[in-house]
Amino acid sequence: MLRPRVTVTAALTILLAVFGWSLGLSRSQPAPLIKIDGSSTVFPITEAMAEEFQKEQRGRVRITVGISGTGGGFKKFCRGETDIQDASRPISPSEMEACRTGGVQYFELPIAFDALTIAVSPQATWIDSLSLSELKLMWEPSAQGRVVRWSQVRPAWPDMPLKLFGAGSDSGTFDYFTEAVVGKAKASRGDYTASEDDNTLVQGISNDKHTIGYIPYAYFEPNRKRLKAVAIDAGKGPVLPSRGTVENGTYQPLSRPLFVYVNAKSSSRAEVKRFVEFYLTQASTLVPQVKYVPLPKEAYDLALTHVKDGKIGTVFQGASVIGITIQDVLRREATQ
Amino acid sequence: MNADIAKTHVFKQTGEASVSPILAPRLKEKAIELLLLAAALMSVAITAGIVGVLVYESAAFFRQVPLWDFVTDPQWTPLFSEPHYGILSLVSGTLVTTVVALLVAIPAGSLIAIYLSEYAPRSIREAIKPALELLSAVPTVVYGYFALLFVTPALQAILPDLPGFNMLSAGLVIGLMIVPYVSSVSEDAMRAVPVSLREGAYALGATRMQTALRVVFPSALSGIAAAYVLGVSRAIGETMVVVIAAGMQPTLTWNPLEPAATMTAYIVQVSLGDLPHGSIGYRTIFATGLTLLLMTLLFNIAGHVLRKRYRQVY
Amino acid sequence: MSYGNVTDKSIDSSGRTAARKRMDRLFAVLGLLSLFSALMALAVLLGQLAFDGADRLSWQFMLSYPSRFADQAGILTAWIGTALVMLLTALTAVPLGVGAALYLEEYARRNLVTDIIEINIANLAGVPSIVYGLMALGLLVYGCRLGQSFLTAGLTLAMLILPIVIIATREAVRAVPPQIREAAYALGATKWQTVKDHAIPYSMGGILTGMILALSRAVGETAPLITVGALSFIAFLPHPPWGPDFPFLSLQWIFDPFTVMPIQMFNWVSRPQEAFHVNAAAAGLVLLIMTLAMNALAIAVRARYRKRIHW
Repeated sequence: MLRPRVTVTAALTILLAVFGWSLGLSRSQPAPLIKIDGSSTVFPITEAMAEEFQKEQRGRVRITVGISGTGGGFKKFCRGETDIQDASRPISPSEMEACRTGGVQYFELPIAFDALTIAVSPQATWIDSLSLSELKLMWEPSAQGRVVRWSQVRPAWPDMPLKLFGAGSDSGTFDYFTEAVVGKAKASRGDYTASEDDNTLVQGISNDKHTIGYIPYAYFEPNRKRLKAVAIDAGKGPVLPSRGTVENGTYQPLSRPLFVYVNAKSSSRAEVKRFVEFYLTQASTLVPQVKYVPLPKEAYDLALTHVKDGKIGTVFQGASVIGITIQDVLRREATQ
Repeated sequence: MNADIAKTHVFKQTGEASVSPILAPRLKEKAIELLLLAAALMSVAITAGIVGVLVYESAAFFRQVPLWDFVTDPQWTPLFSEPHYGILSLVSGTLVTTVVALLVAIPAGSLIAIYLSEYAPRSIREAIKPALELLSAVPTVVYGYFALLFVTPALQAILPDLPGFNMLSAGLVIGLMIVPYVSSVSEDAMRAVPVSLREGAYALGATRMQTALRVVFPSALSGIAAAYVLGVSRAIGETMVVVIAAGMQPTLTWNPLEPAATMTAYIVQVSLGDLPHGSIGYRTIFATGLTLLLMTLLFNIAGHVLRKRYRQVY
Repeated sequence: MSYGNVTDKSIDSSGRTAARKRMDRLFAVLGLLSLFSALMALAVLLGQLAFDGADRLSWQFMLSYPSRFADQAGILTAWIGTALVMLLTALTAVPLGVGAALYLEEYARRNLVTDIIEINIANLAGVPSIVYGLMALGLLVYGCRLGQSFLTAGLTLAMLILPIVIIATREAVRAVPPQIREAAYALGATKWQTVKDHAIPYSMGGILTGMILALSRAVGETAPLITVGALSFIAFLPHPPWGPDFPFLSLQWIFDPFTVMPIQMFNWVSRPQEAFHVNAAAAGLVLLIMTLAMNALAIAVRARYRKRIHW
């Protein structure tokens, strides 16, 4: 039998210890922590960077990467709660305002290009391409509860239920897609399966042949076996998403730049600075590894110079980036 | 002389109290009692916290969304530019998965309970019960894995058109999960039926089945009903299985072959995205949570009432 | 109450008796069949998990950080996280739960406050776990500004299992015969002395069993921790719970961001690639072993104490 007096005393001591020391806590020398949040589109890149960087630093720096979506992430970023923000679209005017109010200045670093991919299950044999107007017909707000069968989009298609999967409303992908397809950012029907986590979308699309949805290229490419990409016809014939069609600017309007934003104040911390340098020097190798389209090396060098020279702010000023090509981004960065 | 011995003994027992032998122990006793009372009151504080947080955030929500829209609107699209806040879409998902779960758990649980209580020899019963209880010890996320990657593909072999996310497989797995709840509470209720009733039935020539179905079962009915109701409230609150296997789209549908979001799945989905504190989107999860709490509370109270009634019978 | 009519026409001819006996046996078979299907389902579940994940289990898997490459990923941060969260949960829930139970069993007078506490505990046990998560989100994460830390996670789960601890402890304490207490009072012991020298030691087996079972439930809980906002990618360990100076203990870690086993598993299940599903199965296997081990421990503790005490 445990001696009760000993047990009780021990329990009390432990309790006292816990509460006592939690009050008079000495928070000395924490291992520096870099907090990153934002787009799940950019997540694979940042995840790879964080993993490699932590490996290189052997645990001296700790990095957390969340996926709140571009919108949700910016809200935290502009309150100064995160150091780095993953974004699948440039910062919006209202977010610029929020950052100003929050006293947060930032560097804008374009880091890759994505081909927003319209994906179906491989069993959806009837569909190979879609015109931009058909895409709009499916997704505009007035389609809600009305366009619910494949045959309503194109009469030749089977009379089967049409199920839609897409990005959640806090995601930059949602903002970009609605603006590029419907014409107005955030204008979308609401009766579809929405998730901030693109993995959920891939699973949902791949195991139901009635489904169509949009996902970032990095989530399509590793799942080629279970997904089929649909070519997009914006008036010049159907184009499939690929690294080539993004680089030559023909996969339009669904290729788009991806960004990270760095809190300027945080970037004066040694570990954040090292991480940003690591990010920009490794981008050429790690971005293609996670199946996005890298920018030319000069773009990364340019971004690094901007950080070193302290050039804060955005080159987009809230303007639309629909239809932008890699060359356009490069030009804008250079003239900053 | 004898009194002196008794006194020393008391002092030995109270030990530390040598300075002020009467007052100090009393103070200490009182302090300890208060400390323990405080611990007991913590549970009340937790309830207050739950109700407080849910009501506070929901009140803010209902200032923006009329209660009438909340219960009648057929759509739930709170995060889009044209928001709709019809909780029915989520309630339907919850009810469909719950009904599927009960269709598994009630027959299976009742049959198991009858078998264990009326047929099984003691040794088998003692061996089987812990094994059954393992079913409720398995973490729910493991059940989710099982539903998505085993049950759904198995069902798709029979129903080729079944979508990868569907309420059927989630419901079946939840049913499996709550079988032990249903069976153990019903078994307790049936075993509480006095042996004399069974002996009476046997004396009249009834078989064990007739005794079980016509004598024991009706006598234990309120206890068994309580078991069912507890199963319902478990199924309503289940989260991970539906999040992983039932899909995330709020749809007003009663077809278990469709994907749909339940109330719990919606809360998780929003939590994964992390909405800004204080926005209407953030508040929707509290309004949903409050609805969920009220539903389970209703069933829990019903369960308690039923159980109390059956206790009074004997 | 009516007990059905077993009398009238059912006992007439021997042919009918035989039929009734067949029905009776059939019914027994039906019951046995349901029992076996439930146990078979459990066996299939365990088998499937072991089949999918057993090959992935290795020291490398146990000792690696999460990674974007499925074959390099591991559960180091997850199981350390689980262990630390459980430590906080136990340290909070056990003193509170045992204290509350002792109050209700040994001290409480029948009055309104006691009734409220009793009803409240019964209802708390039926609250869905995700609702605890919502409360923690509103109260701990934002209200107390604890953020998404180990402390938040530990307290959330502690609140969740508190009713279980209380109920188990009460049952254990109630099983101590009143004669023992009366004997202690007769010898002049005070209330607290009676409780700590007799009621607690004699019910220790039951208390420990309840505590372990409650913790085994907390180990598998996922939903409330997702609601609190567990991060998706944590490839580092929290600060160590020891420090360089006296008293050589550090509590830095309780404010660190956390992840736990079930969340890691959920993360992998929701990825589409098969390789990650294998990881999920392996993580599930480890999680299951943890829960089952705790259940086995509880059974062992119960048996051990039961053997020792003879009233």
